Amino acid sequence: MFEQWKNFKTGDWVNNIDLRNFIQLNYTPYDGTESFLEPPTENTLSLWKQVMDMSEEERKAGGVLDMDTKTISTITSHKAGYIDKDKEKIVGIQTDKPFKRALQPYGGIRMAVKAAADNGYQIDPQTVEFFTLYRKTHNDGVFDAYTDEMRACRSNHIITGLPDAYGRGRIIGDYRRVALYGVDRLIEDKKNQKNETPKVMYQDVIRQREELSEQIKALEELKKLGEIYGFDISKPAGNVLEAVQWLYFGYLAAVKEQNGAAMSLGRVSTFLDIYAQRDLENSTFSEKEIQEIVDHFIMKLRLIKFARTPEYNELFTGDPTWVTESIGGMGVDGRHMVTKMSFRFIHTLKNLGASAEPNMTVLWSVRLPNNFKRFCAKTSIESSSIQYENDDLMRAVHGDDYAIACCVSSMRIGKQMQFFGARANLAKCLLYAINGGVDEITKKQVAPKYRPVTTEYLDYDELWQKYDDMMKWLAGVYVNALNIIHYMHDKYCYERLQMALHDKDITRWFATGIAGLSVAADSLSAVKYAKVKVIRDENGIAVDYNVEGDFPKYGNDDDRVDEIAKDIVHKFMSYIRSNHTYRGGIATTSILTITSNVVYGKNTGATPDGRKAGDAFAPGANPMHGRDSSGAVSSLASVSKLSFSDAQDGISNTFTIIPNALGCTSRIIIENLDLEKPVLSGKR
Amino acid sequence: MEGYIHSIESFGTLDGPGIRLVVFFQGCPMRCVYCHNPDTWNIKASGKIDSDEILKIYEKNKSFYKDGGITATGGEPLLQIDFLTELFEKAKQKSIHTCLDTSGAVFNESKTSIEKFDRLVSSTDLVILDIKHIDPDKHIKITGHKSENIIKFARYLDDKNKDIWIRHVVVPGLTDNEDEIEKLGCFVAALKNAVFVELLPYHSMGVKKYEALGLDYPLKGTEDMDKEKLEPLYAALKRGIKKGKNNTN
Repeated sequence: MFEQWKNFKTGDWVNNIDLRNFIQLNYTPYDGTESFLEPPTENTLSLWKQVMDMSEEERKAGGVLDMDTKTISTITSHKAGYIDKDKEKIVGIQTDKPFKRALQPYGGIRMAVKAAADNGYQIDPQTVEFFTLYRKTHNDGVFDAYTDEMRACRSNHIITGLPDAYGRGRIIGDYRRVALYGVDRLIEDKKNQKNETPKVMYQDVIRQREELSEQIKALEELKKLGEIYGFDISKPAGNVLEAVQWLYFGYLAAVKEQNGAAMSLGRVSTFLDIYAQRDLENSTFSEKEIQEIVDHFIMKLRLIKFARTPEYNELFTGDPTWVTESIGGMGVDGRHMVTKMSFRFIHTLKNLGASAEPNMTVLWSVRLPNNFKRFCAKTSIESSSIQYENDDLMRAVHGDDYAIACCVSSMRIGKQMQFFGARANLAKCLLYAINGGVDEITKKQVAPKYRPVTTEYLDYDELWQKYDDMMKWLAGVYVNALNIIHYMHDKYCYERLQMALHDKDITRWFATGIAGLSVAADSLSAVKYAKVKVIRDENGIAVDYNVEGDFPKYGNDDDRVDEIAKDIVHKFMSYIRSNHTYRGGIATTSILTITSNVVYGKNTGATPDGRKAGDAFAPGANPMHGRDSSGAVSSLASVSKLSFSDAQDGISNTFTIIPNALGCTSRIIIENLDLEKPVLSGKR
Repeated sequence: MEGYIHSIESFGTLDGPGIRLVVFFQGCPMRCVYCHNPDTWNIKASGKIDSDEILKIYEKNKSFYKDGGITATGGEPLLQIDFLTELFEKAKQKSIHTCLDTSGAVFNESKTSIEKFDRLVSSTDLVILDIKHIDPDKHIKITGHKSENIIKFARYLDDKNKDIWIRHVVVPGLTDNEDEIEKLGCFVAALKNAVFVELLPYHSMGVKKYEALGLDYPLKGTEDMDKEKLEPLYAALKRGIKKGKNNTN
C-alpha cells in the first residue's frame, strides 16, 4: 500500500488498474448549491491576463504567434515552458513557450509543411527531407494503398474529412491512472501484459508485443516529462495538487505526441474530487486553493494548440482541439456522480470567462440533483459554453465510467477506443442515385454506372430503390477506405502514450459518420408528397429541381418524413455493418457535423427538397434551417426518433434560442411585492 | 369539435408555468395598435383543427410538458368559447394544466354567456389577462374596444377564485405613463387571486407581418421599449399595489 492512498477506501483497484472501482468506493456525491465556490485569486487573474494578452497578439499575427519548425514534438522534446512560473500552480506546455505550436509530422509531412507555410513559416528542409525520404508517414501509407475509387470519392466530396493526412484523434487516454497509480506501477502492469501474450507469433501477437513495447517506452518518457518540470511522477499523487499535475502530465504527453482531430480529456472531475475532499478534511488545502488549482489546470487546457491548415480550420470553423471533459452523470448504483469538483470545473467559466475549450460536457440525467441542474443552466446562460449529453441513454450502453471524445463519441475510459471515420455525404449520395453515379458538380463518373433516373418527375419508389443501391455501394468504399486509414495510422502514427493508458484488451469502435441527413430526408419527402421535376443540363445530368406543392419537413414531429430520416440511418448503418472492419472494430455511425455542414453543403449540388446548390446543410441531425416551424419540442421530437442503436457514435442537435424566449423578462409577485427576475436570469 | 387555429408552438415558455404547448386561436375582436399578430385577426383566415388532434400533439411529447401544460392564446380564444371549453375539458380529463391567455374583450353577463363562461372557467387552471390600458378612454383609443366588460371579467374571475396573471404591454409614449401604471397597480391589488403582474416591453417585430398582409402599421416610427426603463414603471406598479392593498384592508 502506498502512503499516498491513506484514507482511501480500498478495493479491487489496489490490486488491479481499476479506476471505476476506486471512484465508486471513494467519491462523495454533492447535492448542495454553488455557494461554496471561490472567485479567482490574484495569481489566477494575473496569469489569465497574460494569456489573454498573448491571445490578442496571436490574433493580430493572423492566427499563429509562433511555430516550431525544426524540433519534432515528442513527449520529451522540449525543455520546460511557463507563462509566469512563480504564479502557476499547474505547469507544463506543449513546447518551450506558450502559444508556440509544435511540429507533429507523423500524420503527414505534407500537412505539416502546408500548415507552416500557410501561416508564414517554413519547416527546416532537413526535417522535411527526413520525413520524405527516410521516415514514412501515415499519409504516405494511406495513399500507397488507396484505390482509384476511394480517391475519386474523396476528391468529389462524397466522403470527406477522412483522417488520412492528419491525426485521427478521438482516443481518450485514462489520464487518471497516472495520478492514482504513478507511472512505475503502470509500466509494471504493461510489462506483465507483454509477458502474457501468446507465444506463437501470429501477426496480431507480433503487433501487440510491438505496441506494448512502444507503450512502455512512452510511459518511461512520461516520467521524464515530469522530471523536466521538476516532478517525480513515478509514484502516486499524494494530494489534489499533485493529482491534477500528474493527470495533466499524462494529457500533456498525449498532445505532445499526437495532433489528433479531437484530444479529449475524459471524465476527471469526480475522480479529482476524491483528492480534494480528502485534502479539505485534512486541511491540506482550502477551497480557495483548490479552486485556484482547478483554474490553472483549465487555463492550461485552454492553451492547447495545434499547427493546422486554413482548410482544416474552415472545415471545423475555427481551431478546435476538442478537449472534452465529461461531467456529472449517474452511477449504475443510482447515486448521482456530481461532486463539488463538477461545480468547480464549470465555475472556471466564470473565473476565467467563457470558452469553447475545454469542452465542458454535462452528462445529463433527469435524476441529477436540482441544485446542479440550476447551476448548469445559469452558467449556460452566462457563458453559452456548456454541452449537454444524454446520460440516461449512454449509461445503458457504457455504464458509468465512460466519457465523450470530441463532441458526442462515447466510450468506456481506458477500456474502449475509437477509430474516427469522418463522414459520408448522404445528400450527395441521393444525387448520385439520380445521376447514375455521376457527380453533379464535377460531372465525373465516381460511383459505378448504375441506371440513372430518366423520367421528368422523380418517383419515390424508384428513387428509394436506387438510393438504397447507392448507399450500399457508398458504405463499402467508405468502410474500406477507413480500414486502410486505421491500419496505416496504427503503423506510422501509433498513439503510444494514450494506448499505454488503456487496458491490454480493448474494444475498438469503428466510427463512421453521416452528413446531410435532413436534406436527404426532406428530398425524399418532397418526392413522395409533392411533385419534383428534374432539370437536366445539356448532358442529361440532373443539376436542379423544381418542387411543386408542399411536403412534410423533418423537424416538425411529422412521422411521414421523420420515418424516412430514421430509415435512411438504419439502411446506411446496416450496410456499414455488413462490411469487414479493421481489427475487429465494432461499426457505429454518428450524425454530428456540428460545423463542417457548411463545407459539405458547399460541395453538394441542388437537391430535390428545393435546397440550392452550395447551400449549407443543417448541422448534425438538425432539421434544415427554418423548416422546423412548430417550435423546439417538435423539432427535438423529430431528432429523437432517430434510433441511437443505429447511430451509437452520437446524434447531435444544435439548439439555439434567444434568451428572451426562455422565460418572462420580469414580474411582480403580488403577495410580497417582490420584483422577480426570470428564474434563470443571467448577467446579460 | 374543430376550431380555427392559427398555429401551434410546441415550446412555449412565456405563457404560463413550465414548458407549454401554446395554441394560437384565430380571430380577434380587438385591433390594438401595437398588435404583433395581425395575421390572427380574421377568424376564417386559417385551417381548422380538431381538439383531439391538439391533445394528440400534446400527448406525443408530454414528457417535455410535465411542469407545464396547454395555453390557449391568439388571437382571442374566447371567440371560440365552445371549442375552447371542449379542449380544456378534455385536457383536464388527462390532468393537463390549462391556461387561458385572453384580453377578456368578449365577456358579457347575459345568462347564456355566463353559463358558458362558468363552464369554461371550471376547467381552466390559470388565466393570463391582458389589461391594455386602465383608463377607459385611452383603452378605446388603443384597442377600438371598451374596457368596461374586461374589468368586469377580471372581477368575475376573482369571484371564481381563479389564479390570474395580469399583463400590460408598455409602449413608449402610449402606455408607459407612471401615474396610469400606478392606477393599474391599484386595480390589480383589489383582485385577491392575482399572482403576478408582468410588464411586457413593446417590440416592433410585428411590422413585417403588417407588410405581408398589406396593412399600414399604426405605430410606424415607435421605438422598441427600452427594458431599462421598466424599472421606474415597476416601482410605480408597486406603489399602486400597496395603495390598493391599503384601500382594501
